[in-house]
Amino acid sequence: MQNLEEFRKEVKEWLNDNCPQSMRAGANPSIPIDEVWGGRKAEYKNPESKLWLDRMGAKGWTMPTVSKEYGGGGLTADEVTILNQEMFAIGAKGPLLSFGIWMLAPVLLEYGTEEQKKEHLPKIIKGEIRWCQGYSEPGSGSDLASLATKAEDNGDHFIVNGQKVWTSYADKADWIFALVRTGPKEPKHDGISFLLIDMETAGVSTKPITLISGKSPFCETFFDDVKVPKENLIGQQNAGWAIAKALLQHERAFLSSFGLASSMGSGRDLVSIAKKHIGEEDGKISNGFYRSQITAHKIKEHAFGLTLKRAKDEGGKASATASMFKLYGSEHNKRRHELMIAATGINGVAWDGDEFDKKDKDLTRAWLRTKGNSIEGGTSEVQLNVISKRVLGLPS
Amino acid sequence: MKLILTEEQEFLRDTARDFARERTPVTHFRSLRDNKDENLWDKDIWQEMVNLGWSGILIPEEFGGSDFGVAGISVILQECGKTLTPSPLFSTGVLGAYAISNFGTKEQKEKYLPKIVSGEITTALAVDESSHHDPSKTLFKAEQKASNFLLNGKKTFVIDGASADIFIVLARTSGNSGDLAGLTLFVVESSIDGIKKIKLDMADSRNYANIEFNNVECSNEDILGALESGGETVERILDIGRIAMSAEMLGNAESAFETTIEYLKQRKQFGVVIGTFQALQHRAAEMFCEIELTKSAVMAAIHGADENSNELQRLSSLAKTIAGETLNLVSNEAIQMHGGIGVTDEYDLGFFIKRSRVAEQIFGSSTYHTERYANLSGF
Repeated sequence: MQNLEEFRKEVKEWLNDNCPQSMRAGANPSIPIDEVWGGRKAEYKNPESKLWLDRMGAKGWTMPTVSKEYGGGGLTADEVTILNQEMFAIGAKGPLLSFGIWMLAPVLLEYGTEEQKKEHLPKIIKGEIRWCQGYSEPGSGSDLASLATKAEDNGDHFIVNGQKVWTSYADKADWIFALVRTGPKEPKHDGISFLLIDMETAGVSTKPITLISGKSPFCETFFDDVKVPKENLIGQQNAGWAIAKALLQHERAFLSSFGLASSMGSGRDLVSIAKKHIGEEDGKISNGFYRSQITAHKIKEHAFGLTLKRAKDEGGKASATASMFKLYGSEHNKRRHELMIAATGINGVAWDGDEFDKKDKDLTRAWLRTKGNSIEGGTSEVQLNVISKRVLGLPS
Repeated sequence: MKLILTEEQEFLRDTARDFARERTPVTHFRSLRDNKDENLWDKDIWQEMVNLGWSGILIPEEFGGSDFGVAGISVILQECGKTLTPSPLFSTGVLGAYAISNFGTKEQKEKYLPKIVSGEITTALAVDESSHHDPSKTLFKAEQKASNFLLNGKKTFVIDGASADIFIVLARTSGNSGDLAGLTLFVVESSIDGIKKIKLDMADSRNYANIEFNNVECSNEDILGALESGGETVERILDIGRIAMSAEMLGNAESAFETTIEYLKQRKQFGVVIGTFQALQHRAAEMFCEIELTKSAVMAAIHGADENSNELQRLSSLAKTIAGETLNLVSNEAIQMHGGIGVTDEYDLGFFIKRSRVAEQIFGSSTYHTERYANLSGF
């Protein structure tokens, strides 16, 4: 306990000396805010964003529980709690958003060789290398294991050919972790390998995808005779499916820690929108039909929020219910946006131009973006399959 | 507020689970119905429940109760709901015990609470007067005559009203229909002159009655809570009742769902188990999720009641709305997924759908509580 109090004191002092003012609560609102993802191509509007990342990265506190030999903070769980508390106390901004941290690093720790850990983890932790995820393909969505991007064994390296899709921020990333087919003759789950590929290698190219909502971070990524050294293979050749699934669990875990899909899209309040655009009488939404639809939805959201809380209070037996959270998080979010645009009326389907408020135009696009919520990260139908088979034990 | 049960509450739940399985499986209810039992609940079974301390769970220790709270009684009702256990536990152990413990005078507590604990009396709460629950529309009259009151009017859908020894009755002492102000609660013994009980035969084969009051005399000492504050008082009692009833309805839904999942795993058609059909799997998964949401709403409401949350009214309406909708969904789907056998009287599922629709009417339907939730939330 003595040590923990000492540690708290050290953290407090270090944060005081090292966390720039613009990275804390109450920062001057005229200073631009960066969304910091790190990497070789990163650009910063505020140089202190980079400074804060470098300082936290050097301490290893972007991944505080990882041991110091891999560039982590080497902290115990209690110490991490203290670090979080002290950062929260001054309203310190998280220094780094990173698929490397959320998805790849846990898998490297479990499946990587000593060399691979030492090579990649420090760069992830310091935010030097930005990663993207190469999973889905045009022909492999829900049925991911049918993927066809092939990696041919060519002695000390693989030759990779094929295409990935829905690779978020591929155009900004430095490396990609990809699932590739190394065993074309094996059963589909037994011919997949988990490969790390430098995006600067000859033959890798990307193309952004425009969604129905407009611009998006998603890309298509193409591999045309890309030479990948064998040391970039994680785990055994043809044994990548288990790693792929482990990574998906980490992805789901970080999605739920972010408050899930229900927080995505427009954060505007449905009831205020309805009162503004439909009208208000005696403090009530003046149209009874809208009011009852909105209330029915609010009741469902309230119960869903309580269910998230209950899962937490029960102490994370969440694996059985993770699919339910994904399902309801995205379906509720879609419903909320449908109700918001309906309540906004004509302005709720505004697209562009000066005749409409930016808020309303953004809402239209947010509504369209939510249509992807029940597709990305496993469709709603896949979640229902998982619940019926794994939770309810219904036969295949 | 943590949305989990304490060890004490888990113990009560486990005891109730064993009791319901061993003493009151659905066959118990079936035999009462088939034999047209006078009370539609069994006196010996009720005494066993009393002996387990259940009628005194909401009663303070000084009157012989255990004071285990709304969460305690609700987990018991949830388990009883799984086997459709008929008993006056809701009307007496929840409504009567809560009302008198919290709003009774010292004399009323001393007079009635020990008798509720011992099982000597059962109680009923008489609120409704028309086909839709709405306490503010009370017309039942209590007229002041010198130091006494004369009660006149008719109450309907009084739960366990056909067998109750004590009525807690909501009456208008001033004001008009639509006002929650001007209402007063009275505690009246059912045996006194001028009271007529008319049994109701409802779809769920439980004990209900219409009660007629014809110049029934009451005194100041019979008022529960303060004169003219009955609206607020009864809303509080009703909220506790709504929460406990939601727990029972959750138990109904869990049981019908479990039966259905078992059936999906056994029943074969086209040479395969019907549980392999995705058309049924997805609907089953949706029911699972709705039940999970209901568990959370009920859990928040029972703890909210015990912690005197200022959100209690909203939580009560949330729980009753969700429990009603979920039980409707599950009871409908259970029958559809069972096919022909689901609509036979021989099979138990019919009891669940009948109970579900009657329970929905108890102290406000899902529609009533959706509207109330909207009003309380400022929508």
